[in-house]
Amino acid sequence: MGQLFPKWTNQLPVLVIVVSIAAVSGIIGLIWYFASPMYTDVGYQPIQPVEYSHKVHAGDMGIDCRYCHNYVEVSQHANIPPTQTCMNCHTIVTAQSEKIQPVLESWTSGQPIEWIRIHNLPDYVYFDHSAHLDAGVGCFSCHGNVARMEKVTQVKPLSMGWCLDCHRNPQDHLRPQENIVDMDWIKPRNQMELANKIIDEKNINPPTNCSGCHR
Amino acid sequence: MNKPAENITIPAEELLLKGEQTFSSITAKITGVIEKKTPRMWFLALGAALSLLMILFGSIGFLIWEGVGVWGLNNPVGWGWAIINFVWWVGIGHAGTLISAILFLLRQKWRTSINRFAEAMTLFAVSCALIFPGIHVGRIWIAYYMFPIPNQMDIWPNFRSPLLWDVFAVGTYFTASLLFWYTGLIPDLATMRDRAVTKFKKIIFGVFALGWRGGNRQWRHYELAYLILAGISTPLVLSVHSVVSTDFAVSILPGWHTTIFPPYFVAGAIFSGFAMVMTLSIIARKIFNLENLITIDHLEKINKIMLLTGMMVGYAYSIEFFIAWYSGNIYEQFAFINRAFGNYSWAYWIMITCNVLVPQLFWFKKLRRAVPVMFIASILINVGMWFERFVIVVSSLSRDFLPANWDYYSPTMWDIMTFVGSFGLFFTLFLLFIRVLPMIAMSEIKTVLPESDPHYTGDRHE
Repeated sequence: MGQLFPKWTNQLPVLVIVVSIAAVSGIIGLIWYFASPMYTDVGYQPIQPVEYSHKVHAGDMGIDCRYCHNYVEVSQHANIPPTQTCMNCHTIVTAQSEKIQPVLESWTSGQPIEWIRIHNLPDYVYFDHSAHLDAGVGCFSCHGNVARMEKVTQVKPLSMGWCLDCHRNPQDHLRPQENIVDMDWIKPRNQMELANKIIDEKNINPPTNCSGCHR
Repeated sequence: MNKPAENITIPAEELLLKGEQTFSSITAKITGVIEKKTPRMWFLALGAALSLLMILFGSIGFLIWEGVGVWGLNNPVGWGWAIINFVWWVGIGHAGTLISAILFLLRQKWRTSINRFAEAMTLFAVSCALIFPGIHVGRIWIAYYMFPIPNQMDIWPNFRSPLLWDVFAVGTYFTASLLFWYTGLIPDLATMRDRAVTKFKKIIFGVFALGWRGGNRQWRHYELAYLILAGISTPLVLSVHSVVSTDFAVSILPGWHTTIFPPYFVAGAIFSGFAMVMTLSIIARKIFNLENLITIDHLEKINKIMLLTGMMVGYAYSIEFFIAWYSGNIYEQFAFINRAFGNYSWAYWIMITCNVLVPQLFWFKKLRRAVPVMFIASILINVGMWFERFVIVVSSLSRDFLPANWDYYSPTMWDIMTFVGSFGLFFTLFLLFIRVLPMIAMSEIKTVLPESDPHYTGDRHE
């Protein structure tokens, strides 16, 4: 009786095992990374209707975040400023500039500027800016160093796992209340000690149950 | 100085196989089941099984389309036929590994006649069982959440839930049983390859025979591998149904929350598994004339195991009542009095009759060796074991802590059709199995012949 199979088929069983293990873990790994906001959302930088630079305003000129986003400490929502806020300065400053024209148009017509939302959570997530700021989470922790951004980009995944990382171990992201908007604040050497003190004082207890965020 | 080896002679009545079997007669008989023309009965049976399978697919399809509301579940009874069927099928799946692993380690040679198809039955029964937790989740398209797969939400299954332990316990059991079954098949697959006449069959059997030649070294490795697999599978026989029982025992419902559940469930599982092996082997030996290989002695041994495990189950039933009384806990007492005399007492007494009274027949040698008696008894026992799970699940849930919640549970036609349809899956797989693979382990059954003994000298009957 001749041989039924050529000699190379001796390798097949090992090959099948290796390939199937690699395929299963590969598929899970690829979905885990490429279908998550780490890949799909980080780096989102839409073209806004106004060529507005956070770097110039918040960075170089040092305007406080809360000058424009003025409800952020008391409201669930960090408001986008109305055209009026821009015009507080721009009636005088660089009023002739090309870049300011869309703002002036909005000012004369009364039509709000249609800013494009970058940090967009799903509708089934209840997120409250004021609660996070009260606890001592700085703007920087979720939005990155906006004061250095010519155009604002999403730098964090804003995925559920990312939220939970901080809700489980908030120590890394708490800071004194007076540094809450400070983009260049550097964590002290005794960050853990400081954070634990903040947690004790404010009785911070971030929810990790479903209804903490999905109400 | 060593004594010279005595010649072994075995009296005819102690031979495990009847009818002057030789190596070649066994091979001819068992491969004949596959190689001869398909009997008409087989086609009729497959047609019936496929019809039932269509019912299963239809009712699962409607369930997915419409939602779990099509089942008869109501407010206190949130677990109905799905969990009952799951536990019942998993329980039936226990006999295969018990026969193949535990009886192998205990050197019970009579297992060789029934182990192959008992293991196959295990795999098919566990497949039927796995359907039910899979489809009962409501949103079946995210059933993969049952497995701990990394994801951006950091959502993991609840590792403290026995329902997750079930996923692992049953998954492990299925994998180990499959490997064990397949390992046992390899020498027989090589036989089939060597006997195959068409190129196609040669290649198919050849691929799965993994290049088996039957050499001395191969046998040494093979037997070691088989022994190791038997060692791995042995604890699984006990662990799987113990874990399944924690689905109930870990919750705090009276009638469920008892420490006796794991051993009680394991005994019941072996009980029902052997009953199913009995039912199938009586049918198979009749249709394919295997009475000389699966002898009346084999069936009697199975009956003895059923008598033993039936008594263990009966003991568990009575000790539950004793503990309810002895604990002084009024809720526990109510649960058990309600079981025997309450709204589901009819189911309770079916269970007692089938599981406790019917096996008592096997005290009598004459009944233990009467094929019609054991055929009917084996079916009644599986009816009883189904009702055992029904009684546990439904009677406890329908009378929970708040009398205002109490309600009576009845299945809908979709419950019934899904369950009936699962038999279609079971029998379709089983019928295909007996047509394409050797249903008795040829290489193993040959080891019980006197010729296999190293001291055999040809003197067979003195």
